[in-house]
Amino acid sequence: MKRTPVIEMKGISKRFPGVIANDKISFRVYPGEIHALLGENGAGKSTLMSILAGLYRPDNGIIKVQGRAVKLDSPRKALEAGIGMIYQHFRLVDNFTVAENIVLGAPKSPSKINREQMETETRRVSQSYGLTINPGARVHQLSLGEQQRVEIIKMLYRGCEVLIMDEPTTVLTPGEVKELFEILRAMSRQGKSIVLITHKLNEVMEIADYVTVLRRGRVVGEDRIENLDEGRLTRMMVAREVAYSQVKRDKSVGQVVLSVDRLKVQGDLGYLAVKQASFDLRQGEIMAIAGVAGNGQKELVEALVGIRSSVSGTVEYQGEEINHLNVRERISLGINMVPEDRIGTGLVPNLSIIDNSILRNYYKEEFFTGFFLNYKKVRRYTEGIVDKYNVYFSDLKHPVNYLSGGNLQKLLLGREIEQKPRVLLASYPVRGLDVAAAEDIYGLLLKERDKGTAILLVLEDLEDIFRIADRVAVMYQGSISGILEVNKTSIDEIGSLMVGAQLTGVENG
Amino acid sequence: MDINAWTALLAATIVAGTPILFAAAGELLAERSGILNLGVEGMMLVGAALGFIVTVNTGNHWVGLLAALAGGGSMAAIHALVTVSLRGNQVVSGLALTIFGSGLSGFLGKNYQGIPMNYGFKSLDLPVLSDLPYLGAVFFRHDILVYFSVILALFMWYLLYKTKWGLAIRSVGENPQAADAVGIDVSRIRYLCTIAGGMLAGLGGAYISLVYAPTWQENMTAGRGWIAVALVIFALWNPTRAVLGAYLFGGVEALTFRLQTMGINLSSFFLAMFPYLVTILVLVVVTIRRRQDAGAPQALSVAYDREER
Repeated sequence: MKRTPVIEMKGISKRFPGVIANDKISFRVYPGEIHALLGENGAGKSTLMSILAGLYRPDNGIIKVQGRAVKLDSPRKALEAGIGMIYQHFRLVDNFTVAENIVLGAPKSPSKINREQMETETRRVSQSYGLTINPGARVHQLSLGEQQRVEIIKMLYRGCEVLIMDEPTTVLTPGEVKELFEILRAMSRQGKSIVLITHKLNEVMEIADYVTVLRRGRVVGEDRIENLDEGRLTRMMVAREVAYSQVKRDKSVGQVVLSVDRLKVQGDLGYLAVKQASFDLRQGEIMAIAGVAGNGQKELVEALVGIRSSVSGTVEYQGEEINHLNVRERISLGINMVPEDRIGTGLVPNLSIIDNSILRNYYKEEFFTGFFLNYKKVRRYTEGIVDKYNVYFSDLKHPVNYLSGGNLQKLLLGREIEQKPRVLLASYPVRGLDVAAAEDIYGLLLKERDKGTAILLVLEDLEDIFRIADRVAVMYQGSISGILEVNKTSIDEIGSLMVGAQLTGVENG
Repeated sequence: MDINAWTALLAATIVAGTPILFAAAGELLAERSGILNLGVEGMMLVGAALGFIVTVNTGNHWVGLLAALAGGGSMAAIHALVTVSLRGNQVVSGLALTIFGSGLSGFLGKNYQGIPMNYGFKSLDLPVLSDLPYLGAVFFRHDILVYFSVILALFMWYLLYKTKWGLAIRSVGENPQAADAVGIDVSRIRYLCTIAGGMLAGLGGAYISLVYAPTWQENMTAGRGWIAVALVIFALWNPTRAVLGAYLFGGVEALTFRLQTMGINLSSFFLAMFPYLVTILVLVVVTIRRRQDAGAPQALSVAYDREER
């Protein structure tokens, strides 16, 4: 018996200036199916699903929903057709309550708003799928995992039959991932279809019924999960063997460079974001900070480089307290940072590659002739960086926001490394990069480590931590809940520390 | 000052606050949808000029009022076109609108300068209420537009906070991505709110030239449009607080006249500064308190582009 697919996309193409994001893609989803859409960053997964969600209009191709051709030219049309998408950055109004976000824009909600009725409705929908949420809470008070639940309930309230989720596990703790998968299975049992956009193979193997693999805007393979394994999927995704460079761990780390003692740091919302952070960072080691985003990592790093002032506690650099030093003074000591948002905090999007390359040291005499910046000298300096760090570009005078993520990161990291840092702090250095670019970045970091630089990395992917770091500090709710040698711990142990387990209570092995 | 002088002052306060209230309510609506329109002064001037000219020529102040609504609305439509459809800079467009409105109203009203007008709105006494001692004189012996302005502000509060349309308007001003993702037409809401806001600014202008000082003079709004913009911030984007704010600023204006006639020489410059001074103070207090839900709409003055990556 041949079933009707709930979604059928045929010959979908979409071009953006300079790129073909989707090239004649065909894609099918059946009722009750959990369908993984797999591919590297930039493979065109999000574009394809944004077309299905009515956000982008395709240049060519047809879309059928339950066998009928439809034109999905707005999110409203897509919702009416029963297709809902949950984006990586949640589309929730922070200042509204959970219930307000859920009824917002829903055609069936009554004209007059009744708070109680709104909250009862929310509870009814959430309980029928086993999702717990407080309908009266404001969204900005919720954790990212809870916000994701609000998004799911929002789509269910609208009666969506197909739920598209873009990289849903990125912001979740391992425990929350398990819960999410339970919810997805429950939804699938009730006949809902789910499309998961992802690049994480282990999750695909765990949850998906069917996989479609995209590469460079084309479908390069699809099959039922039973007929696939991780090796085959990897080969489809990257079309080459990725040789993960073997990381040698050098046992001879040097002396302590940076010493942090009982540091407390205020967050943006007025409470302590870092409640208790103490650790030593040694020459020639990479220490990773693991933790679910929003547990104080950002504030900690900002306090170390001097962007944010600390409430109490000390930061010592080679035995001297540096709490009172400002950013530039710390840079001149050799404390450099690669921030989380490379475009925005790290680089100025509308300035050229040349201008961006000297942002850290533009005031140095080497760039001046008398009173004026000498752009010949600056240009030579920039050329040195882009050569050495393999930044691929079309014109040094073009604004950096024309560069791809990998090239941006190489430029940024290169700029910092050229300062000859003694301490290098980097937050999520490979976030959003494809496998090859990520390897380049890790290669650069390892080279720095071998030169004797002390490196502190904020990372989200536990596997990356195990591959590259020497030690790992786990942050939970503003405190460092444990510092472990990577050789002597396990993903499970770190995972449980990330959600608040105490080190002493954890049985090893 | 005896009690009658006080009631007269308070009654004058309400009249002086009314044009500001109309304009501020309109600006508040537009800002709630995420559109900052600094063209209020210009839209008020065009409303004042058109309202006066059309009333003089037709002999009907209601027709004049309609012309003022249309004038303010059309100017706001230009702003909406530039900022919503073309995603232009809202500050630049708004300032241009003010300068344009000032010139246009001066041009239109060239031959009407100083002409007296014998039409206009009579005070509408309400049964029983008007006869209340003192209170009646302060609150209930005004023209119909005064009553309408208060009802309008209350209605706007109800619309914004108690209906699903209000929820939609606020969501567009807070996070247009979120609104769009649930099928709300961001552009349409922004157009409607901006144009309705412009119509109210036009109405506020006409109130000045038809009721408050029934004549036409170049730049006769004298900065009330800017006070309205400041008032929206003062009111923390809440229409009911805008009513109080309008009367506070109206009271200062009424007091200025009163003091001058009494021969007390408080610098008029000082009083002209007052509304802005208060606004700055409110901004300082709000910023220090940092209440998330009490501040400006988060997407205020940010253009929305669905396909932006």
